[in-house]
Amino acid sequence: MEYKDYYKIMGLSRDASPEEIKRAYRKLARKYHPDVSKEPDAETKFKELGEAYEVLKDPKKRAAYDQVGRGWQEGQSFTPPPDWGFDFGAEQGFTGTGGGFSDFFEALFGRGFGAGRGGVYGRQAHMQGSDQHARIQIDLEDAYRGADSLISLNVPQTDSQGHLVSSVRTLNVKIPKGIKAGQRIRLAGQGMPGVGGGRSGDLYLEIEFKPHRYFRAEGRDIHLELPVTPWEAALGATVPVPTLGGTVELKVPAGSQAGKQLRLKSRGLPGTPAGDQYVTLKIVTPSARTDEAKALYEQMAKVMPMNPRAAMGV
Amino acid sequence: MKNEIIVISGIVLDESMRFTLVELCEFAKTSPEQVIEMVEEGVLEPEGSSVYTWRFDTYALKRLQIALRLQQDLDINLPGSALILDLLEEMERLRR
Repeated sequence: MEYKDYYKIMGLSRDASPEEIKRAYRKLARKYHPDVSKEPDAETKFKELGEAYEVLKDPKKRAAYDQVGRGWQEGQSFTPPPDWGFDFGAEQGFTGTGGGFSDFFEALFGRGFGAGRGGVYGRQAHMQGSDQHARIQIDLEDAYRGADSLISLNVPQTDSQGHLVSSVRTLNVKIPKGIKAGQRIRLAGQGMPGVGGGRSGDLYLEIEFKPHRYFRAEGRDIHLELPVTPWEAALGATVPVPTLGGTVELKVPAGSQAGKQLRLKSRGLPGTPAGDQYVTLKIVTPSARTDEAKALYEQMAKVMPMNPRAAMGV
Repeated sequence: MKNEIIVISGIVLDESMRFTLVELCEFAKTSPEQVIEMVEEGVLEPEGSSVYTWRFDTYALKRLQIALRLQQDLDINLPGSALILDLLEEMERLRR
């Protein structure tokens, strides 16, 4: 296993006072708390920090760590001394971190208390594993049809060297038809394992949609910007529109302007009620590449003069 | 570490779902006392007029879970976690 430099993790020198340790923990915990932090590896950093604080805040554990750890560097291969033994005494569980501690920690201080959050449950020998939370990105099409989706989760775990790493856990999760962004799926018993016969925690997956080339979801409604030609907008036309369920025909009324919004009822994500699809027209003009095309535009300017900026007073 | 593949389906926590006080505690792994305190603080706003008829939605479950984590991990008191919850939601709204 690899040696873990708890002082380095907390950004402290080896002679840091208990007050400095507490202050550093509070500051870094706010920075890396998974509910608040926007750092990509916040969850892993937060767990590492919790482990470091667990040791350094306790004078007995800190003294033991200092004694065994003299001369080691972060990441070096580490074996505890053969006569090593740490007396827990009446120790009442650990506080505050979301998941298991590293092998390094467990080799020094024993295992069995790391799997749950502190507080109410930290004081019981049978401890339920903590819940895990993750965001997953799915395709809009999968939300429309429902799907069995292979989902790779980065789960903070300890590797064979005792390092806390983001390891990949693959789950085959049923994505129900009509799920919306922001909704959560609860997978009972798929969280952190329990301790001493305690039940496993639950896994919560929060749904996000992958950005789509042209659809944008708002709740169950789907928004789409549809390019049309000037003559389709001016004269009216029936044009094909992509929807999640396939292509449908949309009647563009004569005299439509750019930005006009048309609704395709119940063509959004399924549900009760199903969402609608909103189509916003975007007028695309053909470029005047030939003399003939140029003449046509000039003729339009003569026959249909207009000032589109009149409302701006220019 | 070997990858494991498990085929599972869970329950969707959609807006039509409602929890009783007991169910909410079971989901969030907390005590009724703690939930009652949060209702009194205004962190959770159940439907129903008494503890026995309270019904919580999934939004309440999410707020409760975040509030509990903030309290346990950062040693923040109830009014503090209520304030953070509101600010987190405000941030989320502004990002959209």
